[in-house]
Amino acid sequence: MTEQTFTPNDILTKAEALRGTLSTGFRDEIVKSLYSEAEAIAKRAVKTALTKKYDIDQKIDRLVTSPIVGLPIMLILLTIIIWLTVSGANVASAAIANVLFGIGDWGRALFEQIGMPWWITGFIWDGVYLGLAWVISVMLPPMAIFFPAFTFMEDLGYLPRVAFNLDWMFKKTGAHGKQSLTMAMGFGCNAAGVIATRIIDSPRERLIAILTNNFVPCNGRFPTLIMLATVFVAAAFPPALTSFIAAGTVVGVVLIGVGFTFLASWVLSKTILKGEASAFTLELPPYRRPNFSRILYTSIIDRTIFVLWRAMQTAAPAGAIIWILANIHTGDSNLARAVSDWLNPFGLLLGLDGVILLAYIIAIPANEIVVPTMMMVYIGTGMMVNGPGTSAGIFDLLVNGNGWTMLTAVNLMLFALLHNPCATTIMTIYKETKSLKWATVSVVMTLGTAFLVTFATASLARLLGWV
Amino acid sequence: MSTKQTTPPTEHCEECPAFYNLEQMGFKVGNFDRVVALAGNPNTGKSTVFNALTGLKQHTGNWPGKTVTRAEGGYQFNGVRYKLVDLPGTYSLLSASQDEEVARDFILFGQPDCTVVVTDATALERNLNLVMQVMEITDRVVVAINLMDEAKRKGLEVDARSLSRDLGIPAVPITARTGEGIHTLLATIADLINGDIVTKPLRVGGTPEFQRAVNELAPMIEAMAPGIPNARWLAIRLLDGDSKVQQALVAGDLAQLVQRQSQADVQFSKKMSVEGRQ
Repeated sequence: MTEQTFTPNDILTKAEALRGTLSTGFRDEIVKSLYSEAEAIAKRAVKTALTKKYDIDQKIDRLVTSPIVGLPIMLILLTIIIWLTVSGANVASAAIANVLFGIGDWGRALFEQIGMPWWITGFIWDGVYLGLAWVISVMLPPMAIFFPAFTFMEDLGYLPRVAFNLDWMFKKTGAHGKQSLTMAMGFGCNAAGVIATRIIDSPRERLIAILTNNFVPCNGRFPTLIMLATVFVAAAFPPALTSFIAAGTVVGVVLIGVGFTFLASWVLSKTILKGEASAFTLELPPYRRPNFSRILYTSIIDRTIFVLWRAMQTAAPAGAIIWILANIHTGDSNLARAVSDWLNPFGLLLGLDGVILLAYIIAIPANEIVVPTMMMVYIGTGMMVNGPGTSAGIFDLLVNGNGWTMLTAVNLMLFALLHNPCATTIMTIYKETKSLKWATVSVVMTLGTAFLVTFATASLARLLGWV
Repeated sequence: MSTKQTTPPTEHCEECPAFYNLEQMGFKVGNFDRVVALAGNPNTGKSTVFNALTGLKQHTGNWPGKTVTRAEGGYQFNGVRYKLVDLPGTYSLLSASQDEEVARDFILFGQPDCTVVVTDATALERNLNLVMQVMEITDRVVVAINLMDEAKRKGLEVDARSLSRDLGIPAVPITARTGEGIHTLLATIADLINGDIVTKPLRVGGTPEFQRAVNELAPMIEAMAPGIPNARWLAIRLLDGDSKVQQALVAGDLAQLVQRQSQADVQFSKKMSVEGRQ
């Protein structure tokens, strides 16, 4: 070679010219010979002992991915996990609430004794501390049971089977089959689910997967659903059935979320993201014996503590804000009451109420804490609770004290399922799409769906005279 | 992690990191002497290898898509500090999805001192496709044949020597979960980087015309961008009409691409491990 310099265009032209000298499909030939070479090398290196090949993996797979029993098995497993969570969390929540609220009373008494000004006592114990106490007692127990169970299924290798069972439905909606995987990941964390969409090659299908990921409830939102299902829906049934009904309700909500994922994917691929589904192969990895110490580490440290810490970071300031709002008096009312009264008509239209909307607005940075925040507002606006943290106490506060009905509970579950992604997920969507437009679409689409659906159920319930 | 007590080896020491002078350095990758890339198909236990070496606890997922960004960690072996880069699991380096691009770009332009391809002993044939594609890019490749225990259970006998001979690169059988063979793997990586092991990667030749075309084009690319690694591979992609490589060439992005591999994505993946907890 001479000391010559080339411009990129020289090189492209040269490549073009050289390509002409090659037979068409030369690359296919190379790939083909690469594959046959790999096959030959592997054949030489691997010897199969001629023992009877008993492959239990395949037998299990034939069952759990069977077109007939695959889906029912999936639902049964999900129900079992949620049932375990519901029945375990109930008792633990009450116990934790007892201890934490006890500490709160003690702290308040102590502050009063040493003569702290009322507003410091109130701000710290009735504001910040109470916010933290609610979040911990409502969220910690379900997470401590649900996460290990979820991580166990994940480590076992069951999630790809879930994806396998669902992928044909995604294809029907015009989305990518791999979206079933990213959706499954969304149950863990929607932000992680959004990032996982990188496995989808086509930008169109990837966007659909990103925009619809939020329709499955993440780990942070499960406690809300579980609590509402236990306190309300299940309370309408005989005590013996409580935990089964609650678990069934949560599974129902999850299914509605999956349904909305399909619906939204279908609508998107018929409107602003038109196109056909592309084909792919999904490998079913071998089952692996889960590593228990790793499961505990991942589910307790990475998930439970992480999610709880995040919730607490929002709950403390939220508690403070609510206390301040409740203690700025305007006439014979206070600011919290005034704002929630002002929001009330709109809330009622959606089958919710003004307090719920206020709580939702305050909790925007981490909207999985809507329920604890809402409790705070109810209490902050002058409600007292007997036996806080127990199902009966919460039921009493909401129904007798604040006029909740079954519609309120059901609509709040639907709202929690469908409303906009949390701040972290929105940021992630923005980073992944590098587009303000798509981040906005993700918020508007989900929030719009949430308003529409709750409005529809509320109107229907009223029309039929159920409430 | 300042000092570690070294006790005389007993029979259980095989599995203990201190025994083979391995010091796990976790996220402390500021100063390092060598860069090692970890590639492999999904579900071959790449992340397990990564965790075993760095002492980090990256969540190992048993399914594709678990790792979609590069994760980095460090370890020290016989006094040399290595930065280990865990790439997304991929079946090939040819397609357009982002995880494959992350893996491919790093092997191409990140200039790792050594690329370890982790393979599944129970599905070697499928795994070899990726190994051979990596070998097209670089000749500093070591194959780690992982999941040897699973292979044994399934009645498979894998002959690492035959594999190594056929491929022209070192092949080390390991069981990452128990730590078996990790020592040999580390020693092999070190030897390969030092030049004590010389590889002769098998390259699927193609037709004589093809060879001639590659040999004409590659030097031109080198002349245009001196010091560019893998001119040969770029030549092949250009002959193939890869539009991404064409664009990068025209836009003058190649140098940038090289530079980018030493930053960016990493911060993001670290941040994710804090924010998103994959």
